[in-house]
Amino acid sequence: MSASLADHIYEVASVILFGIGFTTLLLDRNLIKKIIGMNIMDTSVYLFLASMGYISGRSAPIGDGTAPSAENIINPVPAGLVLTGIVVSVSVTALMLALTIRLYHRYGTLDIDQIVTLARKGDEP
Amino acid sequence: MALLRNVPFASILACMVISVISMVFRGRIAKVLSYLLTTVLLAASLALTWYFVQGNDAFVFTMGHFGDPWGNELRAGLLESIMAAAMSLIVLAALAGGSYMIRSEIPDGKKNLFYIMADLMLASVMALIYTNDLFTSYVFIEIATISAGGLTMSRQSGHALASTARYMIMNLVGSGLCLMGITILYGTTGHLLMGSLHSAVQSLFENGSYHLPLMASLILLTVGLSIKSGLFPFHEWLPDTYSYGVTAGSALLSSVISKGYIFLLIKLYTRVFGLEVVRASHICILLFAFGTMGLIVGSLRATQAADIRRMVSYSSIAQIGYIYIALGLGTQEGVIAAVFHMLIHAFGKSMLFLSSGALIQASGGASDFISLRGSARRDIPAGIAFTVGAMSLTGVPLLGGFVSKIYIAQAAIPRGGLYVVIVLLALAASTFLNTLYFLRTVITIYRSDANAEATRHAGPVNSLFLCAMVILNFGLGIASRPLYNALLSGLNMFI
Amino acid sequence: MSRKAENWDTSWQKRAADWLRDGTDALDRAMISEMTEAPAVAPEDVPGAADVFEKKVHEDQQKEKAIYQTLHERTMTRGLHHARVLYRVLSILVCIGIILSLLHAVIEMPVFGSPDSPVVNDVSRRYIEDGLKETGAVNIVAGMILDYRAFDTLGESTVLFIASCAVMILLRRDRKRDGMMEKGSLPEDRDIIYEPHFDPILQKSAAFLTPVILLFGVYVVLNGHLSPGGGFSGGAILGAALMLFRNAYGVKNTRRFFTGRTFTTVVFLALLFYAGAKSYVFYTGGNGLESGIPLGTPGAILSSGLILPLDICVGAIVSCTMYTFFALFRRGEV
Repeated sequence: MSASLADHIYEVASVILFGIGFTTLLLDRNLIKKIIGMNIMDTSVYLFLASMGYISGRSAPIGDGTAPSAENIINPVPAGLVLTGIVVSVSVTALMLALTIRLYHRYGTLDIDQIVTLARKGDEP
Repeated sequence: MALLRNVPFASILACMVISVISMVFRGRIAKVLSYLLTTVLLAASLALTWYFVQGNDAFVFTMGHFGDPWGNELRAGLLESIMAAAMSLIVLAALAGGSYMIRSEIPDGKKNLFYIMADLMLASVMALIYTNDLFTSYVFIEIATISAGGLTMSRQSGHALASTARYMIMNLVGSGLCLMGITILYGTTGHLLMGSLHSAVQSLFENGSYHLPLMASLILLTVGLSIKSGLFPFHEWLPDTYSYGVTAGSALLSSVISKGYIFLLIKLYTRVFGLEVVRASHICILLFAFGTMGLIVGSLRATQAADIRRMVSYSSIAQIGYIYIALGLGTQEGVIAAVFHMLIHAFGKSMLFLSSGALIQASGGASDFISLRGSARRDIPAGIAFTVGAMSLTGVPLLGGFVSKIYIAQAAIPRGGLYVVIVLLALAASTFLNTLYFLRTVITIYRSDANAEATRHAGPVNSLFLCAMVILNFGLGIASRPLYNALLSGLNMFI
Repeated sequence: MSRKAENWDTSWQKRAADWLRDGTDALDRAMISEMTEAPAVAPEDVPGAADVFEKKVHEDQQKEKAIYQTLHERTMTRGLHHARVLYRVLSILVCIGIILSLLHAVIEMPVFGSPDSPVVNDVSRRYIEDGLKETGAVNIVAGMILDYRAFDTLGESTVLFIASCAVMILLRRDRKRDGMMEKGSLPEDRDIIYEPHFDPILQKSAAFLTPVILLFGVYVVLNGHLSPGGGFSGGAILGAALMLFRNAYGVKNTRRFFTGRTFTTVVFLALLFYAGAKSYVFYTGGNGLESGIPLGTPGAILSSGLILPLDICVGAIVSCTMYTFFALFRRGEV
């Protein structure tokens, strides 16, 4: 089991970070910490994806003048997927932060439970 | 015709282009562009449906010059085109029928942004319907999430913002789980396009290699997508989000976006994993159990609601429970019953939201049941539409809900044993509860009220669309057999 | 006093016990007590407090104190106490549960770095060996995301676009349209608080750095198909340069060349060009026609078909979007 863990060190790290980020996003009360948790969770998945592409002893997928051969170059697919994922993550973080700013200006607190309570007590439709 | 083969790709691109163009114009031009877009897409999807009904086979449209497994692909069949037509019709009805709400509740400078969100939401649902690639579906899931959040928060009130925050948090949890599932699936098979994925998953399943990662990815994808569509333990965000946004936006969210996610789940189950793998993983039992609980809990909470929009939202949770019960049976008949109920629910629920918006408008903006007394007499088409929608979801014959409940029960019978008992009991209990809260509402809105003051009417456009949707709901109920047969042949093309 | 007791206050045991009990630790409590017992200095007593800045800071401090008071009271309420302890223990258990269950699945996946994992198959082989011939790009990843799997990248640009629209719904102040604000009525209009008045170090370094960063960003965008880089990374660098300029020189100087209209125009044109070019490629590809776009000689800067123009579009979109996010967060208007 421990030999197995050492073989999969990046995947294990990614899963631990995923768990931490997921729990923070779901269960913490502070909005800013939820956003941080979401970023940790997404980044852990990118770590997982990127570690899938690596093949020991081979180099990056950029041609260097010689004809590229599949024996010398790592798998380029996960790199492209991670590129897309990072942009998606940045966009969603910006949106969540804007929402947090508006909620803080409106209710004066960052605690999501208190915000919902205050919203329910208010007399807006 | 060869030109019709371009409809899937053109639908998605047209929505994106129109949304970009709407950014530079003001609200009125953006509104006209959205109406144009949905009408053209409706016509194109109906033409594509006709193309398949005439006996043509499903086709694959390569996006670019490279096909499976190197490039990206769209795949269209009868099932997809029926869904696409239904979704465009609902978006058109919600935007046009709800335009008075959009005019009054959204600030002037932000109206074009609302229509941009609606266009991109339609683009994402079209892409989820037609896509044949795993990672593309993730990107469009994110677009759907953000657009739904945008539709809800356009109202700018404190309640709307707080509910949007809860909505976004739960949906981001779901997206994260989906992404992890996609990653593990890619890691064990090495393919992203669904055709090659299917053969890879089949061979892995038969060899028994990578069994745990395969099951893990199936579970992660299922849990992620069911969080996003509002299955039982994860439904807490739903009532707030549907009650406090613009009611037209709630119609779009409940009828279009959640159906898009469930359709993607069905696509993953039938086209990528295959129903045998799904049954072997026992995830069906979980879906079945949670669907049943969602049915009961949603109906119970709906009877306690004091506000009409909240009641309709809890009823949504119950109906999503029906769909997951049908999916949880794990058979082809179950899948078709689920798709049939998706269509019925989409049309019924959007009509319910639009008519409750009109009834609220006719009661001076108040949405609790006391103020709504007699509102159906003030706005006659809205009252009729609400009654018909209530009858459809409860299961009155001649309307769609009756037929879909029969199909769900019929799909449970081959499974035998405990399944039949639970399904029949759940159907009976929920019909009883549905009648309770819907009948209470219908009686309330038709009570004669002493103070019959003249209040704002929702407008002739709204009444026109409500009447059209009433006729459509009756049509779906009466013509249910041909529709079912169409869905059956569509599913055979789908796999 | 033993050694243990000396360090007990900041040891991890005490901090864990405190966190479990009421969610704060020694540092939090010090901060709260500092806030609640700060002497109430009336603004008139402080010399120079007629200054707007001091007043604003004082008001903010009072508000924060009030919030901390209410939060502090609420966390100390008895009835919620046990529920909160249970909640925290439960969160840790959930976290550990998720980690363990995922670990079970992930352990069985292919070993890190092995050349015969299922991921290394025909797909990656064709990208590597035929990528140069079919897309013309020396950077294989750029060829993949902008040619083989271009639809995903189009979706990704749309995500950026829709997120900027959503942030505009939330944060943009429409002065004329909303009809409520004239110039000078918002606190942000008083530049003295929110804009740098005159910061010589920042301005001198920005004067040197901004052109260099811009040049580097343009280089990264243009070389996306030849070396590591591309539209997204280059766009982020350009956006950073714009932010630095704005921070150093203020909003008036930045508005000389970048206004809300600039953002709208750039995003509109770039996205339309991107969608149009890709529609042409998808249409010809899906219907089996030849696209007729020249691939050029690999290694030259004008090569690889549509990848260079699309990189430029993406770079423009990303840089304008990043800067607009920053401006909207800062002032509510670009």
